[in-house]
Amino acid sequence: MQRIGVFVCHCGTNIAGTVDVKAVAEALKTEPGVVFSTDYQYMCSQAGQDIIKKAIAEYNLTGIVVCSCSPRMHEATFRKTAAAAGLNPYMVEIANIREQCSWVHKEVPIGTEKAIILAKAAVAKVNLNAPLTPGESPVTKRALVIGGGIAGIQTALDIADAGFPVDIVETKPTIGGKMAQLDKTFPTLDCAACILTPKMVDVAQNDKIRVFSYSEVTEVGGFVGNFEVTIKRRARYVKEDICTGCGLCTEKCPQKKVPNEFNLGMDNRSAIYIPFAQAVPKVATIDPNHCMKLKTGKCGVCSKVCTAGAIDYEAKDEFVKEKYGAIVVATGFNPISMEKFDEFAYSQSKDVITSLELERLMNAAGPTGGTLLRPSDHEHPHTIVFVQCVGSRCEACAEKGKEYCSKICCMYTAKHAMLIRDKYPDTEVYVFYIDVRTPGKNFDEFYRRAVEEYGVHYIKGMVGKVSPEGNKLKVQGSDLIYGRQLHIDADLVVLAAAIEPDKSARPLATMLTASMDTNDFFTEAHPKLRPVESPTAGVFLSGTCQGPKDIPETVSQAGAAASKVIGLLCKDKLTGNPCVAHSDEMMCNGCSTCEKVCPYGAISYVDKEFRMPDRTTKVRRVAVVNEAVCQGCGACTVACMSGAMDLKGFMNKQIMAEVDAICK
Amino acid sequence: MQVNEYKPLIVAFCCNWCSYAGADLAGNNRLNYPADVKIIRVPCSCRVNPMFILRAFQRGADGVILCGCHPGDCHYTSGNYYTRRRMALLFSMLDYLGIEKERTRVEWVSAAEGAKFAETMNDFAKTVAALGENKRLEDLRCKK
Amino acid sequence: MLDKKELLKEQVIRASGVNPLKCMRCGKCSGTCPSYDEMEYHPHQFVYMVEMGDIETLMKSESVYKCLSCFACVERCPRGVEPAKIIEAVRLEAIRQKGNNHMTANDIPEKVNDDIPQQAIMSAMRKYSK
Repeated sequence: MQRIGVFVCHCGTNIAGTVDVKAVAEALKTEPGVVFSTDYQYMCSQAGQDIIKKAIAEYNLTGIVVCSCSPRMHEATFRKTAAAAGLNPYMVEIANIREQCSWVHKEVPIGTEKAIILAKAAVAKVNLNAPLTPGESPVTKRALVIGGGIAGIQTALDIADAGFPVDIVETKPTIGGKMAQLDKTFPTLDCAACILTPKMVDVAQNDKIRVFSYSEVTEVGGFVGNFEVTIKRRARYVKEDICTGCGLCTEKCPQKKVPNEFNLGMDNRSAIYIPFAQAVPKVATIDPNHCMKLKTGKCGVCSKVCTAGAIDYEAKDEFVKEKYGAIVVATGFNPISMEKFDEFAYSQSKDVITSLELERLMNAAGPTGGTLLRPSDHEHPHTIVFVQCVGSRCEACAEKGKEYCSKICCMYTAKHAMLIRDKYPDTEVYVFYIDVRTPGKNFDEFYRRAVEEYGVHYIKGMVGKVSPEGNKLKVQGSDLIYGRQLHIDADLVVLAAAIEPDKSARPLATMLTASMDTNDFFTEAHPKLRPVESPTAGVFLSGTCQGPKDIPETVSQAGAAASKVIGLLCKDKLTGNPCVAHSDEMMCNGCSTCEKVCPYGAISYVDKEFRMPDRTTKVRRVAVVNEAVCQGCGACTVACMSGAMDLKGFMNKQIMAEVDAICK
Repeated sequence: MQVNEYKPLIVAFCCNWCSYAGADLAGNNRLNYPADVKIIRVPCSCRVNPMFILRAFQRGADGVILCGCHPGDCHYTSGNYYTRRRMALLFSMLDYLGIEKERTRVEWVSAAEGAKFAETMNDFAKTVAALGENKRLEDLRCKK
Repeated sequence: MLDKKELLKEQVIRASGVNPLKCMRCGKCSGTCPSYDEMEYHPHQFVYMVEMGDIETLMKSESVYKCLSCFACVERCPRGVEPAKIIEAVRLEAIRQKGNNHMTANDIPEKVNDDIPQQAIMSAMRKYSK
């Protein structure tokens, strides 16, 4: 049996004005378990707290009920008071008789009656309280960043700057991501490579950062502070530490007909290749699908010309196991496939391209050396039509498009249109739009410049059909403001393709038990207040894996994610919330329902040996809650069919006792 | 007991992050609602086990209301969606058992909606009072 | 009590099963439409005018018969608004008010020849009967 003390606060006249506090204290004296009951002017004051401390010592109290303001206000205060007097802080319950009683009722008898009931409910709960101790777990002071685009690079640099080691895992042979493929960046028009490559060099030179390029995460175990991750380092057939990146092998390689991914297949590369001149790490990679030596055993030119002796045809995939305290997801995006949008004739004509392809066509390091030429006949295009929202805001066509706005297209289309008009003033540029959305610093000014200074024709309406005829593209669209159907003979059509999360995101989310929305974007812990954290503790989000973003937003989110990681890694030990779920393994029937409803992936199943009454042993599958991951929502307790799952601090019997006390 | 003296007994389950704070705000703004409403704090609306509601009716409650965060705003991401589904099921079962649908309710009240909380409670108390005492599920053995 | 205008709008919306509020006015329907030049009011205007409740004007217009019922607008609409169904509903309303079918199933056999696509017959049935 508990020995409970009840402390009723007057809160000046705030409570005492509507509630007869003395009567409450008196009425509670006879409740089961109550050994002491008193009232005081201000319970939260130093003197009030001293009364509590004294009573705990004097009456040897095992639990206390404070009838005062909302627990959201002073629960922490009274828990500290109890702890200072040697009582477990979770043996304190608050009866909210101010915000939810005295302040909302006017008559003293009614207020007093309700206050007594609320206090009785709190006493009934304390009677069933058990001391709780928050769990502690150590923190591995190393972070993992998955994805080496601008988001991953910035996060890694910021974490390393604070002195913590960071590993970047990137599936491509080089870091840099989509930004490395861009030509110029809006709204300042500085060249993407000029601002990105110095950061990539910083990554390469930072002794706190390790880059696992051409690698992927294959397994994630553990929990916040203690993740155990397996990284698969794919065989690149070139020894990374020996290769100097001289590029001689790529020149001599006889197999030169491999579509170049970096230029989106618009030119070719050799089977042994370095994606681009500023790659980090600047190391060659052999493409096993095209290398003659690896496929047929005949060739070996690269190994002959390599003076450093870095080529290793026998290389195998390697697996690295590493421990991390925090994981940052920065898996980024891809433009969606245009194959299914047959109205735009993307698959029929080479001169219908996506905006990312246009970036490469305009880039000095691209397939045309920076001169804008039509992919089909390498002629200079004179009429260019841009189509916005291709696949974006496409609610009805889930199998080919996306229902959300891709956010960046309005701005990059304005950029493209402007750059083309600037470099080739003889070109007519049309932009078909549904809405122009340019919120952002200097964004709308930028778009207006495209219209007002550069004379880009913005047409409100969508393109309905593009049909190749001869060397022209017949574009049929509507001009809604004019109220007519427009027919344009274009030389080049550029589609602002919607963006989607990288395909690797979904399996990764499964490994991390991080939640995703229906579009495969990672869900944040709170859409407004915790935008860079995943609901899964210790997993953070950076960049477009969380939603469409431009570069400035990505970089600021990357910094925010880094600061959250630093905040976590700074701690030597993590103190958990003790009000977590707990499974009674004797009752658990191993049905997995709780595992499925848990939004945090805190529940797993283990096979455990049980001694039966007849002295035999039996192995049963039972649920185990990871207390470091559980946030204490209680979804599992209701889902549990066998009644094995319960929530500490809010146990079934405690809430039931409250219900009983109220309904007496 | 005279009819005009009848006061319904209402149990309100409020999630800690939104609705309990909303109830506090109603208090801060001195917005009155009937004292018949007694609030029980739970971490999330999805913590409310149908057993608690059945127990309340068994013990003579006249109405039970569940308040949680608005859809999409749950502190635990998806708890209120579980609530919505579970309660839809439970309430239709209770309706079948003779506990009128008006006696049970799920309402989304955010931490900023003190006025909505008071309004909801006033309206709910009125609705329940109009229905009169709940006798269908009440276990008379529990009565003293 | 709905007035006549609202009643007509309700009727068109119910018959077509289309929610014109879903339209985000991109004009892709009119950009796709093969008989755009023949029409006084174009597919996107149909959607807009139904939303505004201006159905009498549409019923009087020749445009309702100029629609080929090819459903290209339905196929292309990114929001699933289905403008062709709205046009059909308006047409149906016009035909019903006139009172009799302009084409019955018995008229079909004599019209069928190898050159006419089946869809055209179906469209004609759609267009000229209530």
